[in-house]
Amino acid sequence: MTDAQLEPEIEGPPEEDLTAAPEETAVAAVNPALAADSLGEYLKVWWARVRGGESGVLPVIVGLILIAVLFQSLNSTFLTAGNLVDLLRQGAVYMLLAMGMVYALLLGEIDLSAGFVAGIGGTIAAELVKESTGWPWWAACLVALAACAAIGVLQGTIISRLGLPSFVVTLAGFLAWQGVMLFILGTGEGLVPISDNTINNFANGILSPAASWAVMIAIVAVYGVLTWTRDARRRKSGLVAPPASLTIVKVVGIVVAGVVVVLICNTNRGTLTTIKGMPWVILIVLGVLSLWTFVLARTRFGRYVYAIGGNPEAARRAGVNLARIRTAAFALCSLTAGIAGIVYASRLRSVSTNLAGGELVLYAVAAAVIGGTSLFGGRGRPLDAVLGGIVMAAISNGMALQGYSTATRLVITGIVLVVAVTIDVVARGGRARAR
Amino acid sequence: MSVDAGAGQPLLRLEAIDKHFGPVQALTAVDLEVPAGQVTALCGDNGAGKSVLIKTISGIHPPDGGQMYWEGQPVHVRTPKDSAALGIETVYQDLALCDNLDIVENMFLGRERTRLRTLNEEDMERSARDTLKSLAVTTVRSIRQPVASLSGGQRQSVAVAKAVMWNSKLVIMDEPTAALGVAQTAMVLNLVRTLADRGLAVIVISHNMNDVFEVADRVAVLHLGHMVASGPANEFDRSIVVDYMTSGRSTRAVGGNGHAAGNGS
Repeated sequence: MTDAQLEPEIEGPPEEDLTAAPEETAVAAVNPALAADSLGEYLKVWWARVRGGESGVLPVIVGLILIAVLFQSLNSTFLTAGNLVDLLRQGAVYMLLAMGMVYALLLGEIDLSAGFVAGIGGTIAAELVKESTGWPWWAACLVALAACAAIGVLQGTIISRLGLPSFVVTLAGFLAWQGVMLFILGTGEGLVPISDNTINNFANGILSPAASWAVMIAIVAVYGVLTWTRDARRRKSGLVAPPASLTIVKVVGIVVAGVVVVLICNTNRGTLTTIKGMPWVILIVLGVLSLWTFVLARTRFGRYVYAIGGNPEAARRAGVNLARIRTAAFALCSLTAGIAGIVYASRLRSVSTNLAGGELVLYAVAAAVIGGTSLFGGRGRPLDAVLGGIVMAAISNGMALQGYSTATRLVITGIVLVVAVTIDVVARGGRARAR
Repeated sequence: MSVDAGAGQPLLRLEAIDKHFGPVQALTAVDLEVPAGQVTALCGDNGAGKSVLIKTISGIHPPDGGQMYWEGQPVHVRTPKDSAALGIETVYQDLALCDNLDIVENMFLGRERTRLRTLNEEDMERSARDTLKSLAVTTVRSIRQPVASLSGGQRQSVAVAKAVMWNSKLVIMDEPTAALGVAQTAMVLNLVRTLADRGLAVIVISHNMNDVFEVADRVAVLHLGHMVASGPANEFDRSIVVDYMTSGRSTRAVGGNGHAAGNGS
C-alpha cells in the first residue's frame, strides 16, 4: 500500500497539469485556496465560485449586515456594546444546540429530541449541585453530559441498528425525555434553583478586561500559528497551496475579529455600576466550535459522517461501519445538547418545568439551516451553526427591542427562515437540483 | 479449456461455477479464464447472469458449486473482503462515489492515511495525484473539487483510479460506458486499455458491441446462466456475439478463422 505500485512511467500529457491553477473560466466548485497562487487570483476564483452557487458563509454575513442595518435604523440601542453582548449570550444556547444538530443533519437525519435532552442535561446538573445533594459543579456537569450522551447512544442505536427513521425515534424521544424531565423536577415545586456560582457563571460570568485580552490573544495566537504551519506545510509539500499572502490575510482577519470582539466586550455596558469584560459563554461556544470543527474536518470519523450523508451505500462499500458512525454522531449530538442545556439552566439560574424544548430544538434546526447546513445530509459545518445562531439571536433580540408581540415575532421568525433557505437554494442553484 | 499461448497461467479461472437463488438457477457450470494484461468483455442479454457472475467473483454472492482459481491456486471467496485481499476491485455501475466529497476524499474513503490520528491530507493528495497521472487522467481541473462537479467520464475515471490504487490485479467494470457520450466513452475506453497495458486483468461488462470490439482482447458470452462462448476477440464479430447473446448459438464464421469455441452445456 505504498507509492511503489503507482508506476509513474506513463506520464500524463504535460500540456494540462492535473492540479494546475484554473484560467479565467474557473470551475465553480474548486476551492479557491487550492486553485490560486496569488491573492488577486484567489479573489477571482472565489467570486467565480460564489456565482457558481458555492457561496459559503457569504449569504449569512450579508444577512447579518442587513439585519444590523435594519434594527439599528429602527432602534439605535441595537448596535450598542451592551446589546451586542446580550445578543451573543442569548444566542449561545441556540449556537450550541445547533452545533449538535449539525451532526444529525450531516447524516441526513434529524434529532427532534435535542431540546428536551438539553432539558435533561440542565435538570441533572441542577439537581446534583443543589444543597441537599451537594455535588461539586464539575462532577454534576460530567454526570449530566454522560447521561445526555447515553441518551444519544440509545436513540442512535435504535435508529441505526433497527433501521427506524430518526424522525420517529427522536419524536418519541421528544415526548419521553420531556416526561422524564418532569418526573425529576416533579419531586420539588417544578423549579430547581441553582446556587452554584461556577455553573451560574457559565452564562452570566464575565472575565476581567485584562483577562479578556489575554484569552483572546492566546486564542488568536494558537489559531494563527496553526493556520500558518498548515499552509506552510502544503506550500512545502509541492502540492497546490494557498499563497502566503492569503494566509497572512486570514490571520490578520482573525486578529481583527478578536480585537473587535474584545473591544466591544470591554466597553462599559452597565448603567449603575461598571460592567465590562468578555462573557464566559463566548469561550464555551468557541471551545465547542473548535473541538467539533477539528473532529469533523480532521479525523476519520468526521470524514465518514460526511460520506454517509453524501452516499451511505458508497460508505458501506468502502468498509465504513455505518451503524457505529451513526450512533456516535447521535451521541455527540445529544452530548452537545447537554452542554447547551447546562448553559440554558445557567442563564436562568434555575431549571423549571416551563422549559420549552420544542421551541429550542426548532430554533436550533433553523439556526443550522440558516447557516448553510443541508437538511439532506453531507453539507454543513459547526461554524454554520454558530453563524446561524447569531442570525436567530439578532432577529429575536432586535424584535424584542422593538417590543413586538410574541405573535408577530413568531411570524417574522418563520418568514426569515423560509427566506434564508430560499436564498440558499437559489444561490446554490445547480447543487440543489443535483441533490 | 485451452490456455492462450504465451499468456501462461490465467490470473483468474472459474470452473463449473453454479449459483442459484432458491429455485432460480442463475449460473450453470460457468467456466471462464481471465488472463492478466488483457481486457475480457463479458456480454449477455438482460438476465443472462452477468451481474450475478461478477458478484460471485467479488464475493457478494458466494458460489454454490464449482471452483475458483487465483494465480493457479484454488481459492474460496466468501465476502467482498476476501476478494479485495486477493486484489479484485469492482467498479459498479453506480460508481459508489460520494458527491459531496472531493476526488482525493473519495479515492481514500475507508482507507484514509492518518498522522497522529488526524487525516494526512498532503500524503493522500500526492498519492491520488500520482495515480491519476499514471492513468493519464488529466482532464480534471483540481483533485480537490467535489465529485458532484465532474462529468460522467471523469466520475468513471475517479472510480477506476480508486479501484487501482490498492495493488489490485483484477478490475471488474460494470457497464462503464452505459451513461456516457461519445467523447466520454472514448476517454473511459482509453483508461481501460491503460489498465490492461499496465498488466492488470480487466473484466468489462458491456452491451455495446462497438465498445466490446474496440477494447476487448477476449470475449465471453453468457446466455441464460450458461457460458455459451469464450475466446480471443478475433474469433468473434458483432453478429456472432449477438447470435450467442440472443439464442445461445451461432453458425456464422469470422473470415477463415472457423468457429468460435462454443462450450454451452
